[in-house]
Amino acid sequence: MASVPAVLTSEWTKIRTVSSTVWTLISAFVVTVAMGAALCALMNSQFDDLPPAQRATFDPTFISFSGMVLGQLAMVVFGVLVVGTEYSSGMIRTSLAAVPQRGSFLFSKVAVAGVLALVVGIVTSFVAFFLGQALLGDHRTDIGAEHVLRAVVGGGIYMGLIGIFSMGAATMLRSSMLSLGILMPFFFLVSQILSAVPGAKKVARYFPDQAGSKIMQVVPDAMNSGTAPYGPWGGLGILLAWVAAALLGGYLVLKKRDA
Amino acid sequence: MIEAVGLTKRYGAKTAVYNLSFQVRPGTVTGFLGPNGSGKSTTMRMILGLDQPTSGHVTIGGHPFRSLPNAPRQVGALLDAKAVHGGRSARNHLLSLAQLAGIPAARVDEVLGVVGLQDVARQRSKGFSLGMGQRLGIAAALLGDPQVLLFDEPVNGLDPEGILWVRNLMKMLASEGRTVFVSSHLMSEMALTAEHLIVIGRGQLLADMNVKDFISANSADFARVRVAEGVPERREKLTASLTEAGGQVMSEPDGALRITGLPLPRISDVAHEADVRLWELSPHQASLEEAYMRMTQGAVDYRSTADQKAGLQQPVGHGYGQPDHGAPQPQVLEAPQQNWYAPPPPGQNPYATAPAEPAAATADPTERDTSEDAR
Repeated sequence: MASVPAVLTSEWTKIRTVSSTVWTLISAFVVTVAMGAALCALMNSQFDDLPPAQRATFDPTFISFSGMVLGQLAMVVFGVLVVGTEYSSGMIRTSLAAVPQRGSFLFSKVAVAGVLALVVGIVTSFVAFFLGQALLGDHRTDIGAEHVLRAVVGGGIYMGLIGIFSMGAATMLRSSMLSLGILMPFFFLVSQILSAVPGAKKVARYFPDQAGSKIMQVVPDAMNSGTAPYGPWGGLGILLAWVAAALLGGYLVLKKRDA
Repeated sequence: MIEAVGLTKRYGAKTAVYNLSFQVRPGTVTGFLGPNGSGKSTTMRMILGLDQPTSGHVTIGGHPFRSLPNAPRQVGALLDAKAVHGGRSARNHLLSLAQLAGIPAARVDEVLGVVGLQDVARQRSKGFSLGMGQRLGIAAALLGDPQVLLFDEPVNGLDPEGILWVRNLMKMLASEGRTVFVSSHLMSEMALTAEHLIVIGRGQLLADMNVKDFISANSADFARVRVAEGVPERREKLTASLTEAGGQVMSEPDGALRITGLPLPRISDVAHEADVRLWELSPHQASLEEAYMRMTQGAVDYRSTADQKAGLQQPVGHGYGQPDHGAPQPQVLEAPQQNWYAPPPPGQNPYATAPAEPAAATADPTERDTSEDAR
């Protein structure tokens, strides 16, 4: 029986020796920070032109995380590729022949990649916050202000969890292409569009990204984003439930199906 | 020691492996032979616990694979040469596998040397040829210095030197007392590598015997006899006389007779006594490949049909430096083909006429035409 530390070491070797890891994580960082900074700068110059409703709920912390809408997609790609390349290359057979305990295999992989995603997420979140605040001029907030630290750390956790959710989904779907084909439009289009449609809003706010992003808001219903029947931690809890469900589904598929 | 008992695997309505029972013993190379799609890889995957058998079970050293303590140290397997992440270097690929079993990194460099990949160890495996991929897969199998080794088609894509190397490696591993189980669809390769053969077709066991026994049981000599044409009853008469003399007579599709159990002079004598004129009496030896083909003929899933290429090709002249007989010949007679990948449909055996073909053909153009038509 392959011991868990051994599997963790092996998974770490696997993850650090492919260039897709570096590229997806760097894009997640760059896209989030750059887009957040650009929007902060824009907000700073256009603040007086904002509609009154948005001005009333202006949330300098949340604005600096606007880049996550795109940055999380890179995180999705990272999560999908970590698992999906095992299937697309056929490496999964070699891996499972060496680690017959499929639970240890999957959860070691998710642990290693998940910790990496969380670390990159937290770093991204802090950099995006400080850069964003620097560009917001008079409208800035401070890391010491109420709930701001929670939002910044929460933003990092959010990014990491989106990555882990993608790993679970990719384990269920057993294919990079299929997983990306479903997750990318979902996070980029479906979720965003449905959350703007009055009737679908009630359902859409329980989607992983909609619920999870509440943790990044300091002002409730920031930027006129609509009220939710749960608080920031409740939202993160919903995202965690999605992640747990995806991992459980992935585990069951891996355990039951032939490799 | 690998032991399969009543192994069955169904995918929906299709049965890939049915009621397969065999033992693979240590100290010998056991060849696992079958046409494409006969269930070899499925069986291998079931041995490795990757696929769950529908019924039956398979154990390695008495344990199901999934409950083996430290499996990579006990079982090494090459399943698919391309089953590596193309962006990872050969060395890192092996390193990640070594770490699973607590194998030191020095062993990685060792096996890279064994398979001759030390010079490309730090290159991405994406650029590897199929042969290099096979070597990398073999390196992965050897990593844990296991007692049980499984190789699925290890010589695919290797050059002759590589094939020879694999052959010797298998034999060496077996001589060290290990269990070596090698699948192939090439009988000729297995005849040279393996000591024991397990032959399957359509997922069922066709033979489980020593290679020497397999050869002596299957590659019997035979004689081919063709009776002068135009008098069909002569053929029946000769068949009866030869059977009476103790021979086994089989009819070939082109009308010739295949006789086993009688030496050539005796056949000639019997024909003379029966007053039957012969147009051909020739010695033949059924190859091992042919025996294997005969055995698996009913069990081939993917069979090629003749490509007529109607209108695509200009009529080809009569090649092979043979004189033009004037008779209209629909096609040039092909040289004896040892094409093991594309078995002919049942009932048509191109090998039956192959070895003596050129001589017989030159001697008798009309016969050639009939044999062409028969195809």
